Amino acid sequence: MSRRWLVGGIGAIAVVALACGSGREGGAAGPEPIQVGHYASLTGDTATFGQSTDRGLRMKIDEINAAGGVLGRPIEIITEDDRSITEEARSAAQKLLQRDQVVALLGEVASSRSLAAAPEAQRARIPMITPASTNPKVTEVGDYIFRACFIDPFQGAVMAKFARETLGADRVAILFDFKQDYSVGLADFFRKTFEASGGTIVADERYTSGDIEFRAQLTKIRATKPDAIFVPGYYTEVGLIAKQARELGIDVPLLGGDGWDSSKTLEIGGKAVEGNYFSNHYAADSDRPEVVAFVRAYRERWGETPDAMAVLGYDTGGILADAIARAGSTDPEKLRDAIAATRNYPGVSGTISMDENRNARKDAVVMKIRDGAFRYEQTVPAF
Amino acid sequence: MSSKRVAAFALVAIVLLALDAWLPSWLNPYYATIVTRIGIAVVAAVSLQLVNGFTGQFSIGHAGFMAVGAYTSAAFSVYVGAGWLESLLGLLPAPLARSLFYPLVLASGGLAAAVAGFVVGIPALRLRGDYLAIATLGFAEVIRIAILNVDAVGGARGFSIHAAEHPAADLRFEGFGAVYAVVVVTIVVVARLVYSSGGLSFRAVREDEVAATSIGIATTRIKVEAFVVASFFAGVAGALFAHSEGYVHTNSFAFLRSFEIVVFVVLGGLGSITGAVLAAAVLTAAPELLRGLGEWRMVLYSLLLIGTMLLRPQGLLGNREIDLGWLRKRFG
Repeated sequence: MSRRWLVGGIGAIAVVALACGSGREGGAAGPEPIQVGHYASLTGDTATFGQSTDRGLRMKIDEINAAGGVLGRPIEIITEDDRSITEEARSAAQKLLQRDQVVALLGEVASSRSLAAAPEAQRARIPMITPASTNPKVTEVGDYIFRACFIDPFQGAVMAKFARETLGADRVAILFDFKQDYSVGLADFFRKTFEASGGTIVADERYTSGDIEFRAQLTKIRATKPDAIFVPGYYTEVGLIAKQARELGIDVPLLGGDGWDSSKTLEIGGKAVEGNYFSNHYAADSDRPEVVAFVRAYRERWGETPDAMAVLGYDTGGILADAIARAGSTDPEKLRDAIAATRNYPGVSGTISMDENRNARKDAVVMKIRDGAFRYEQTVPAF
Repeated sequence: MSSKRVAAFALVAIVLLALDAWLPSWLNPYYATIVTRIGIAVVAAVSLQLVNGFTGQFSIGHAGFMAVGAYTSAAFSVYVGAGWLESLLGLLPAPLARSLFYPLVLASGGLAAAVAGFVVGIPALRLRGDYLAIATLGFAEVIRIAILNVDAVGGARGFSIHAAEHPAADLRFEGFGAVYAVVVVTIVVVARLVYSSGGLSFRAVREDEVAATSIGIATTRIKVEAFVVASFFAGVAGALFAHSEGYVHTNSFAFLRSFEIVVFVVLGGLGSITGAVLAAAVLTAAPELLRGLGEWRMVLYSLLLIGTMLLRPQGLLGNREIDLGWLRKRFG
């Protein structure tokens, strides 16, 4: 009896799965849609990343379809969840490439998952655009791999410029996470740019993700009397570092990168993070018309303020649709050339051009933390 | 070896070679990936079955040994092996050069994991039950965090199996030949080990340690033996994983993976090799096959697990095997 139940249950599941699988290919009237694959972490550790990019992406594609699509055809997004698991990113990408035969692949936020999946896109010779993987290695996989965000070194240079030119700092201390490639990259380029523009790095201290005690490093930094401290880490540690720095009587501004862009920074850091600056992909309170329209539409549809991942998802969809229109076909090679030729695309996260290494070149914004919120401070143009 | 056995081995080898040559050209690479992962899951599950199912020691740290195997073999391939493979490819035809090279890679992963299993096993296996489970879980995390701190294998960035200085040497395993050869070897070795007269010691330890000691079985020794053999094959599974995925990250060997392997073993039936094979195959394929269900797929996957455990608490096959004798009884 129980065995029959089990067999019956598995059989029923299989039937449902197959029905759902084939239901998708059901023929609709009108022109055949252009299928685009999106693999994202909709569940798991970093579920917010994938959900945000997918929401942004779907919003852009719906707008494009409402306006008649591209090449007279609508675009259809097929999203596959990778459960925030590295190897599942690869099989999700393979499923999209081989079974659905998508014309382009979009995805992942986490660089490790983009690195796992990118070789498959390169091998299948289908263009892939990652919305938010900032590790330079991702686009080095091959000539079909692009990104819609800037890379880590650029942010380091942006903050060095900001510290030197806007804050007028001469002496800056660095406190970075030496186990995170992201943090090391930012620190390196900050150091180079800042010293090249005549400033001095007075202290170079390090920590590891997961640390909760930073007073030893901060005490050393305090002794060097810096004008500012560059902390290119992720929000958890940054909040604690800010708190402990203020406790030790360090009142110079702390500077950081997009790893600060989380409500957690405010939750953990509280009053201590007030008056600090970080670089980011976009500012929700900017008065640029693209941003205002996007933020309003996003709030209406999803009931929350879009984070940087949603914006990058939205722009990734835009870059792709723009490239398909310019290529005049969905032929992968023509599409790849069209994406590579993207120049001055008006995105929400800035005016985007692809450079020769298939990385997006665009302006960064500097945000200031004021009254418990991230406020737009200034734009640092691409260089 | 009897002539019958030689014939059986030859048959298996020919089938594997045929599969390797023919399947990849015919099968969609997406399905090929799933089939490869099933093979790797089977190796991991069958090796853990030796410890959890046959020796009765509850280890939940198998992923740690997979990690040792994956990273050691990956480092071996990238830093040493790539040069060798390149010169081998210069001398011999590609399939021959590769089939000479793969065993080296797999052995490096397996041996490193076996050493780790020995070092971890000697202190840990003096513990029993829940305490052993916690200790193995802890060791697996220690291994993973330690690897995370080694810059030569990429640390937090992950490690691509690709040697820039030797572009001619593609280090990734293509096709299923390597994976399924290991599957066959693992099943044969574990089966010969536990279903031999010497293998009774494993089951004696499982049934009653005091009684086993009283008849002169060195229980700790037996446990360590099972643990080292299991770690060796976990390491080989790790090596296969690293070289078929082409990219390894420590996140792939977190405790979730360890639990997954324990689920294969328990769901298949503690003390059944074929049960572990069956469960590993079904549960590895399920998340991919259920993709049509969208966000409901993992809910269904979990329901599948709960349902199976409610209906068959002893596992799919209990402690029986689907072997020749069983087949003969059923169909003969």
